[in-house]
Amino acid sequence: MTDTKIKPITMNFGPQHPAAHGVLRLVMEMDGEIITRADPHIGLLHRGTEKLIENKTYVQALPYFDRLDYVSPMNQEHAYALAIEKLLNVNVPLRSQYIRVLFCEIGRILNHILNITTFAIDVGAMTPLLWGFEEREKLMEFYERVSGARLHASYIRPGGVHQDLPDGLLEDIGLWADQFHGFIDDVETLLTENRIFKQRTVGIGKVSRDEALSLGFSGPCLRASGVKWDLRKSQPYEVYDKLDFDIPVGKTGDCYARYLVRMEEMRQSLKLIKQVINEIPNGDYITEDKKIAPPKRSEMKGSMEALIHHFKLYTEGFRPPKGRTYTCVEAPKGEFGVILESDGSNKPYRCKIRAPGFYFLSSLDYMSKGHMLADSVAIIGSLDIVFGEIDR
Amino acid sequence: MSLSNQIKEYCKVKYSSIKVVLDQVEISVEKDNLLKLIQFLKDDPSCLFDQLSDITAVDYPNKKDRFLIIYQFLSITNNQRVRVLCPMNANDVVPSISKLYFSALWAERELWDMFGVYVDGHPDLRRLLTDYGFQGHPLRKDFPLTGFDEVSYETESRRVVYNKVKLTQDYRDFDFNSPWGVVDKIKDKKNND
Repeated sequence: MTDTKIKPITMNFGPQHPAAHGVLRLVMEMDGEIITRADPHIGLLHRGTEKLIENKTYVQALPYFDRLDYVSPMNQEHAYALAIEKLLNVNVPLRSQYIRVLFCEIGRILNHILNITTFAIDVGAMTPLLWGFEEREKLMEFYERVSGARLHASYIRPGGVHQDLPDGLLEDIGLWADQFHGFIDDVETLLTENRIFKQRTVGIGKVSRDEALSLGFSGPCLRASGVKWDLRKSQPYEVYDKLDFDIPVGKTGDCYARYLVRMEEMRQSLKLIKQVINEIPNGDYITEDKKIAPPKRSEMKGSMEALIHHFKLYTEGFRPPKGRTYTCVEAPKGEFGVILESDGSNKPYRCKIRAPGFYFLSSLDYMSKGHMLADSVAIIGSLDIVFGEIDR
Repeated sequence: MSLSNQIKEYCKVKYSSIKVVLDQVEISVEKDNLLKLIQFLKDDPSCLFDQLSDITAVDYPNKKDRFLIIYQFLSITNNQRVRVLCPMNANDVVPSISKLYFSALWAERELWDMFGVYVDGHPDLRRLLTDYGFQGHPLRKDFPLTGFDEVSYETESRRVVYNKVKLTQDYRDFDFNSPWGVVDKIKDKKNND
């Protein structure tokens, strides 16, 4: 028999596909079952966030950050609030720094639960998703109790947080944290040594250390490739330098390593949450500077000056001095950064959002070349892609 | 943050200014020297900026050099960050650095899409975030916030149609700026003089 040459076919994947994690359209050139080129077409969720931010005052622009990576909203707000604080040069009270760390770690767990369980469903395991969403619901209740909203919290504000923790919340988070180990163990028994899961993920989408750096990887994906790099340790912000936690680092850089790193990160986040609950001091939850933070409601009822401050803050807003800053945090997906430029007015002159997922998706072509079609689904799942932040 | 003296020396001799703004290092460079500088930042053992975090631009419609291109680098080996600024005219092209950093591929596509800054030597310079067949560059300051086209579903023809944007009410842009803010500006001006 002579070899017949198969003509490469171009195949469309998405934009509505359950394994695409949102509105991803992939145009793939296939040589039989092998991918020769994968070209992601993005922007179907493009809302012009950066343009909108340029037309809003600094505080009005904050809720847009919840809507970027809607899986872990507070981590994005955090980056933006830090950027404004850098421009304004304000100090954040210690208590609110602890509150921020607490909710950023809750956000990390929220994100990793969603990623791991949807990744599992992509490669054929149904149960983790059903279990995971129950836990996510509990966490979002904590979001709701502290900010009034399950998802789009707008809780972390420039200078601190919007309001103090309600009574009993810390105890409830503590109770939840005590039982959450059980969930992680359960998922591990289902997936970590699961033969099918390993066959679908081990050796798939391998990225070496140097490749990961050049591809712009950050966060768990970079650590899975063996780079010990976590902004919480290497460029600490808030009170991370006072807390004790470890950074899990992967060895192989494949989809399986990325899964393992995330699992361990959830345990470390839990450790951080417990430390915060034990160590959180009493004090102010937002800065005293009335030109930046609004006065308390009770104060406004009696003080004319407080009323004026409130009015001016919510109409004109504050005006940071001229300057430019790049501020980044270790968001659950990776390095989430904000380039914020102020021209001295009450609106940002330019706000560029550096989303970690953007660079993960840009490397999809590189990673999936030579793999089977079904492997591209595993790769997308392991990269942790959310279109809110990629398309902005 | 202290950047090693070597890079400071190098920049002083070869290129324009290096300064520290809000604890962050900024190097301003002319377009012609951009590639040389970035190559240096990547390879020199005192810098080793092995990751490109972001590329973006800022639009100043009234300046002679309309765009300021911003490159944000990170050195994981030395735990340092640096920002490279490159002012350029609206008609100029910037060289692509996608040969040095893979992550520049999409960042430069976005730069082209959002600002209309042409990137020379890019292997695949298509629009990235906007619609197929989109006209204009949305992040330029002269692009209106509401855009030009809107899409809707038309029941009779059973398809999505593009129409010109019709606003039932003008876009409201309140000027809340305090008139007393002028005082700061006068102060600024005095300091500059």
